[in-house]
Amino acid sequence: MTAVLEVNGVPEEPDHVRQIRRGSLVNFWQALRSSKKAIVGSGILLVFTFLSLFPGLIAHDNPSAETYLPSLGTSSAHLLGTTSYGQDIYAQVIYGTRVSLLIAIVAGLLTTALSVVIGVSAAYLGGFADGVLSTFTDIFLVLPAFPLMIVIAAYSKNGGFTIIIAVLVVTGWSYGARQLRSQALSLRNRDFLLAAQLRGERKWRIIVTEILPNMTSLIVASFLGAAVYAVLAAAGLQFIGLGSVNTDSWGTMLYWAQNNDALLTGSPLWAIVPGLGIGLMGGAFALLNYAFDEVNNPALRPVRRKAVSS
Amino acid sequence: MDQIETESASEPILSIRNLSHHFPIGRKIRRAQLHAVDDINLDLYQGEIVALVGESGSGKSTLARLLARVYRPTGGEILFEGRNIATIRSRRDLLSYRSKIPLIFQDPFSSLNPVHTVGHGLLRTLKLHRPELSREERRDSAIATLESVGLIPASEVLNCYPYELSGGQRQRIGFAQAISCNPRLILADEPVSMLDVSVRIGLLNLMTDLRNSGISMLYITHDIASARYVADRLVVMYAGNIVETGPTESVLGNPTNPYTRLLLSAVPDPMVAVKATAGDIGDPPRVIDPGEGCRFRWRCPLAMETCSVVTPPLLPVSEGHEAACHVTMRSVGENIGA
Amino acid sequence: MILEVNDLCVDYVSPQGIARAVDLVNFSLDAGEFLSIVGESGCGKTTLLFSIAQLLSPPAELVSGSVTFKGENLVTLDKSSLRAVRWRDFSVVMQSAMNALNPVLTIRAQFVDVMHAHGQKNDVESDKRFAEVLRLVGIDAVHLRSYAHQLSGGMRQRVMIAMALLLSPDLIIMDEPTSALDVVAQRSLMVQIKELQEKLGFAVIFVTHDISLVSNFSDKLIVMYAGSVVEDGPTREIFEHPSHPYTQGLLSAFPSIHGPKVRLKGIPGSPPSLTQLPTGCPFHPRCAYAMESCSTVRPPVTPVGDVKVRCLLFENAEVHVGSD
Repeated sequence: MTAVLEVNGVPEEPDHVRQIRRGSLVNFWQALRSSKKAIVGSGILLVFTFLSLFPGLIAHDNPSAETYLPSLGTSSAHLLGTTSYGQDIYAQVIYGTRVSLLIAIVAGLLTTALSVVIGVSAAYLGGFADGVLSTFTDIFLVLPAFPLMIVIAAYSKNGGFTIIIAVLVVTGWSYGARQLRSQALSLRNRDFLLAAQLRGERKWRIIVTEILPNMTSLIVASFLGAAVYAVLAAAGLQFIGLGSVNTDSWGTMLYWAQNNDALLTGSPLWAIVPGLGIGLMGGAFALLNYAFDEVNNPALRPVRRKAVSS
Repeated sequence: MDQIETESASEPILSIRNLSHHFPIGRKIRRAQLHAVDDINLDLYQGEIVALVGESGSGKSTLARLLARVYRPTGGEILFEGRNIATIRSRRDLLSYRSKIPLIFQDPFSSLNPVHTVGHGLLRTLKLHRPELSREERRDSAIATLESVGLIPASEVLNCYPYELSGGQRQRIGFAQAISCNPRLILADEPVSMLDVSVRIGLLNLMTDLRNSGISMLYITHDIASARYVADRLVVMYAGNIVETGPTESVLGNPTNPYTRLLLSAVPDPMVAVKATAGDIGDPPRVIDPGEGCRFRWRCPLAMETCSVVTPPLLPVSEGHEAACHVTMRSVGENIGA
Repeated sequence: MILEVNDLCVDYVSPQGIARAVDLVNFSLDAGEFLSIVGESGCGKTTLLFSIAQLLSPPAELVSGSVTFKGENLVTLDKSSLRAVRWRDFSVVMQSAMNALNPVLTIRAQFVDVMHAHGQKNDVESDKRFAEVLRLVGIDAVHLRSYAHQLSGGMRQRVMIAMALLLSPDLIIMDEPTSALDVVAQRSLMVQIKELQEKLGFAVIFVTHDISLVSNFSDKLIVMYAGSVVEDGPTREIFEHPSHPYTQGLLSAFPSIHGPKVRLKGIPGSPPSLTQLPTGCPFHPRCAYAMESCSTVRPPVTPVGDVKVRCLLFENAEVHVGSD
């Protein structure tokens, strides 16, 4: 095997790469681990994940079984009381975690995927394609989301889960797409992309291997933001009775609680606890989002000042 | 090396003929043309370093990108080994051209992708341009290339991330990528301008070593002193035109074009006392719809009537040395003082 | 003597550790003197500049030392006293005028801002002053109505200098004001600054990485490396007889357009990261003259004629180091 080039062996003044400093990824983890927001946020989500996977370990009753006396108050048998239909509220809350978390994650992922594809393509393709995709994005950005959600969901017949996710994705992708397009545009003029093009890489490969890895922090942040949006919007849709009202989820609990005037008839926990759940889950995603921002942008970290000695 | 012997040393590698490149700017109604490069004629040969010297707005970077086929010129042609590069259509031929005439970038901080190791670009280049190599062979080749640009220990450098290397080391990676596929001529766009002074010399010496092993280089710079240090020939550009060209010592010893003289007088030299010339404050050149005439005339202390009407052509001053100026070229041989 | 810096130390505090950007820096400046601080990237010269101008912000901290300007220690001054001194007694010209000038205000509006901030509300008088400072830097007063982006790079830097002259300060601190300019504009600006200095009598601290740029304009030179001052003395003296091996290396790294073409060596290696400084003399890993003791002993300041050097080679006055 011949050497590619022989410049009389090693040049007179080689550049010794001393002390190779590793650990940018390690620093990232350290920073994330030491961030209070990250700890609280991920703690909450871990609990919710556990509840979603093993609800039976925590709640012993069937959430939809109407086996008990209705509108009971709290007791050791029913930690949160029962609904007007005789269902154990505690069991409902625990089992409801799964659906709410699933909607948040699935809708979040799909929304982000769509944002990435449209936003980054618009930025990299430029010209006419960018014009078309950007106008398309702007249209969806401007459409009023909630009325649109209601209209779509009202015309579907009990699609339930799928319909809610579809509606969330359709109304939620455009915001992220705008942001991702902006960042991709700022990357577009970097020399390393021109270098990739000049060495013969194909366009799609450049997007996937050169551009996207530089955008991971914005993509993750986009996902977390989309998840918050999904939690709250899904709850809202379920509350007004769209999506299947027979599923066990916090939003439907609110629907039924509202329909039975739970706050007035002595079962306030039927409405309050699922509400708290929604708030906590949304809050957890939001905390993670902030923590992520802080770690990525040191300028946002809390500053500790010391007095100057002279 | 085999590839050098088969080419005739007297045939230019790149032949640039009447090259122009204009960018449209402004609104649709009052569209103007920015004349980045106008009427360039230049030949680049085997085993030489040609320095393209000029300030911002001179068109030197545009010329590099035209030669790298980033843009398609609006006028004129570029011939590579006799063939017009605009006619290269197939992906394979284009890849081949790009491997023979690679481009090196100015900014060590943006020329490497921060999320990949520095070996990534090098290995990808090898994979795309030399598909016959196995994975092991690619790696060995990459290591040998890194060593030949002086990055040691090469096998560890391959796994480094850009942030772990200094600016000078990153620029060496740029050189490594350029030489990995047996190039004929490297287009180096201000490769040392953003580096610390004591680091520049190492890279300039590397360029000289590469030239000595047969690779030609087009060294684009605004620093005439470093141009003198490495270049065999000097090409001075102003506002998109070549205003003077020739062997380095000839141009520096007998600068004929007034802009060349201005450039030389502005170079800081600790050993030479400064003459207070607050006159020329270095206004940017006028390249938007410039029309006929010498583009330096607004700043030129020697400007006459003809200068606004007729664009001065490049005329011979001495062996291989040409300059464009109505005033100073009227009596070549007598130095008209500036 | 209008400025005296004593044992100044500035640290950058980060999770990776503490980086000492300025280490026991001492120097003085007389009225009307032109001092250049020269060094490569990462040597701490900009940090030094900011600590003199009291512009440091976290994570940079001034750990110890004093900056005595016209008798007052700037470090201990409270905010309002500092504001009074700022711009009136000393002003700062930043590296990139495009970043320092407000893009949405006219030049005149920014000048007015300065005047108002220092209690000069008489706009008629101020206008006269504006025209005067612009004339001093060679710019037509009509440009008071221009915006920053309408001016060329050289003109923008001149506007910055004019702004710095508004209140006739005794000291102007400049942070690489010519680095964004082309060589012709650069030369012209340097000449202009020197002329103004001779005419108006202010002192200048000029920070740059390009030692050859200041060779003809500077009275005194300070060479910095990895946070320490390695050589300090009259410019001519240092250029003709550089003592510290780093200075020698720096001066020999500039190819010249005059004289014979010689293959230069530069300085092998690269400047160290301030968080991982070598023990002893920070330059010893790259130094051709390094001795045993250089890796353990931090060299004290030794006078060599008019120049002060931090190098163990000069502790014993008999030693001569090749200096061409």
